[in-house]
Amino acid sequence: MATVTRTVDYERPIYEEEVNYLNTDYSLKSWLFTLDHKRIGILYLISISLMFILGSAAAGLIRLELLTPQGDLLNADAYNRAFTMHGIIMVFLFLIPSIPTVLGNFVLPMMLGARDVAFPRLNLLSWYIYVFGALWILAGLILGGADGGWTFYPPYSTTYANSHIVPVALGIFIVGFSSILTGLNFIVTTHRMRAPGLTWFRLPLFVWSLYATSLIQVLATPVLAITLLLVAVERVLGVGIFSPQLGGDPILFQHMFWFYSHPAVYIMILPGMGVVSELIACFSRKNVFGYKFVALASVAIAVYGFLVWGHHMFVAGQSVYAGMIFSALSFLVAIPSAIKVFNWTATLYKGSISFQTPMLYALGFIGLFTIGGLTGLYLAALATDVHLSDTYFVVAHFHYIMVGGMMLAYLGGLHYWWPKMTGRMYPELLGKLSALIVFIGFNLTFFPQFIVGFEGMPRRYHEYASQYQIFNVLSTAGASILGVGFILPVFYLLWSLKWGEKAPINPWGSAGLEWQTPTPPPTQNFLETPVITTGPHHYSQVREEVVG
Amino acid sequence: MRGASNFAGQIDLLFWFITILSALIAIGVFILIVVFATRYRRRYSGYVPPAIEGNNKLEIAWIVIPTVIALATFAWAAVVYVHMHNPPKDALTIYVVGRQWMWKAQQPTGQWENNELHVPVGKPVKLVMTSQDVIHDFFVPAFRVKQDVIPGRYTTMWFTAEKPGVYDLFCAEYCGTNHSEMIGKVYALSQQDYEAWLSGGTTTASSSGMTGSGGSQASSQSAGQQLYQSLGCASCHGQNGEGNIGPRLAGLYGSKVQLSNGQTVVADDAYIRESILNPQAKIVKGYQPIMPTFQGQVTEQDILQLIQFIKSLGNSGSQGTAQNQGGNMPAASPAAAGQSGQ
Repeated sequence: MATVTRTVDYERPIYEEEVNYLNTDYSLKSWLFTLDHKRIGILYLISISLMFILGSAAAGLIRLELLTPQGDLLNADAYNRAFTMHGIIMVFLFLIPSIPTVLGNFVLPMMLGARDVAFPRLNLLSWYIYVFGALWILAGLILGGADGGWTFYPPYSTTYANSHIVPVALGIFIVGFSSILTGLNFIVTTHRMRAPGLTWFRLPLFVWSLYATSLIQVLATPVLAITLLLVAVERVLGVGIFSPQLGGDPILFQHMFWFYSHPAVYIMILPGMGVVSELIACFSRKNVFGYKFVALASVAIAVYGFLVWGHHMFVAGQSVYAGMIFSALSFLVAIPSAIKVFNWTATLYKGSISFQTPMLYALGFIGLFTIGGLTGLYLAALATDVHLSDTYFVVAHFHYIMVGGMMLAYLGGLHYWWPKMTGRMYPELLGKLSALIVFIGFNLTFFPQFIVGFEGMPRRYHEYASQYQIFNVLSTAGASILGVGFILPVFYLLWSLKWGEKAPINPWGSAGLEWQTPTPPPTQNFLETPVITTGPHHYSQVREEVVG
Repeated sequence: MRGASNFAGQIDLLFWFITILSALIAIGVFILIVVFATRYRRRYSGYVPPAIEGNNKLEIAWIVIPTVIALATFAWAAVVYVHMHNPPKDALTIYVVGRQWMWKAQQPTGQWENNELHVPVGKPVKLVMTSQDVIHDFFVPAFRVKQDVIPGRYTTMWFTAEKPGVYDLFCAEYCGTNHSEMIGKVYALSQQDYEAWLSGGTTTASSSGMTGSGGSQASSQSAGQQLYQSLGCASCHGQNGEGNIGPRLAGLYGSKVQLSNGQTVVADDAYIRESILNPQAKIVKGYQPIMPTFQGQVTEQDILQLIQFIKSLGNSGSQGTAQNQGGNMPAASPAAAGQSGQ
């Protein structure tokens, strides 16, 4: 492969007069009617951050309540609504959109050498749909919230719940379309808007993972939509679909719900894996080991993810044979994830590794995602799942993946691309400190939950047997530390907008195409369409001339 | 928490196997990361790392080996799971009804207990369960068993308690406001103590508080029989289930039934329940489809009591003792069968 000489200017800050996507127009109208994918990414950043704060508040209430075995902080109904709204807000309003709509929107077109996504108006519409759906969910919350868990199992949710199921379900239904349209946009963008020379196997791994995520979003979300619609139909019109009292089948709901919701967890984690690939490559200054395997593993996860939904139903009354098929497939779906972990680790070998904040988050991801993924084995295994199902073991498992994995990847990506997005550097020491606090707080919060779950503490319990208290106390202590770790970035990232050091064009020395634009980029990203002649992360092929 | 059932040992063994396997993988990965991150930390800025594309042999190895281990683990767990779904034929059957927010269990003698379950040690116990309202889940952590309890159908689970003791029972499927209060205790008693408890007598076990509330003497045979009369079943099926316009019920339980559409089914709990709630679903060959439905007139508990009664109708057509019930039926059968009240 030919050596490409690229001029890299580490030191030059942006000049005040430079026009970029941020300062081109300061009016509110230019933001609310923007067609610029970068501004849409910022709009999403603001929205999902607000939602995250709400969801975290609910989590705080939960953990405070669980300090003691008795239900003394909240009454039962309030607690049940707290954990339900926590799940709904975090899953549908935070985790599912987060990386694709914030980092994906911002970075994907630039990684492709394009000026914008394929359908910029559709992109803006996606954000408005998200906001509209979120408002419905908030309306449900303000009216008093829904209960039943984010899983909405009938007949409880359709026939027995006394809470505000319908506005919340309606809100999720609406937000789903935001997800579908974003996925559609990304698929078309990736197919049709790659710069000359950018073949599929020269795409950065973040693009591969966004592509795989988009496939799932487009194919799976409609199933959720129809399922929630049927819940609303049964609840409002009394049409018997899921409730046996009305002639329906409650297990039918579970099949339909999990047919979406299992792929949904891959919607949540795949983009995080893509970010980690980018971070590991950049901060080891190496191409990712086994690039093709990692790229195809993303697609494999997306496809396999559709075949395993029944592992949520091993004790639900599903047939033993179905259970066996789903169990075998669930073990197999772990393999592509394992491939990625091994390849990331191998990427470090003979690399040149630096430990800035994004890299700390990436390394934290590998550790915590590995633990989370391995604990999935206990749940994929039929016999152990019988004991562990619906206990805190499951709660710990998915929080290791969603928070220990996904959140860390999101924070890592946010810190990594922060200079590109804002033209500012965040304070590095605070970044490192927060990453450490998050890591420690996270483990203290969720590791005891594996133990207490094995000991038999069920989930969604407002009060619990007294022998479980010590684990709950540890968990709540961890949650307060974790909270600090999450609050710090809010402050120092906001602080950096005005007082942060002005960022050079490519502070990390990344080989990514998105870093070949000014920092922050102008609205059209590239002044000339780039021509690609090498693969991604081609650090050894880039001989840099440091200028100025 | 120590297990106390026949499954606990197997499940805990599998659990620890997966733990050791996971620990090896996790520690392996962590050590590599720490070693690589330390050894290959950036020492000077001009260093250009070698471009290592990958290693196909290594990739194949770390695909194939985990796959083999994964499938082996799957197979092991599946074998145990299948075992957990095949109750022995001689298991003691106890009927359970879950409802917001309490558990009711019906012993073979017919007595009901609330939020408690008394079982004999060393004998397999099969729970046949249904819900009166929403989905619940019967979870006994010490036995390592749980099963969702669903409205509109029966689900079953079985176990053999191995150690006398008192064990937690939790509802493990969110069911509304007092989900976390839908809890109870399982009392595993020696065979002797269990029989004594069933007959309501005081034993050393019950006086030491081990047995929880004593079993009531109300027999569901009489309760079931009362329902059989008051609902008018006798008019078509005969006073003692000998049959008339409606099929014979004596000796029915567990037997094979030929249907008018040519199919043959086994007359189990679910069949009887369906015949009461939706009699048009299956018509017995040679009979007219004229049985009315009792949907809305009977609770799940009523149905279970009727099932107990029908079970007690032996081949002779008279109300005998438990000929067709699951074995290990204690001798404490109420002699007051046939009389109403006690």
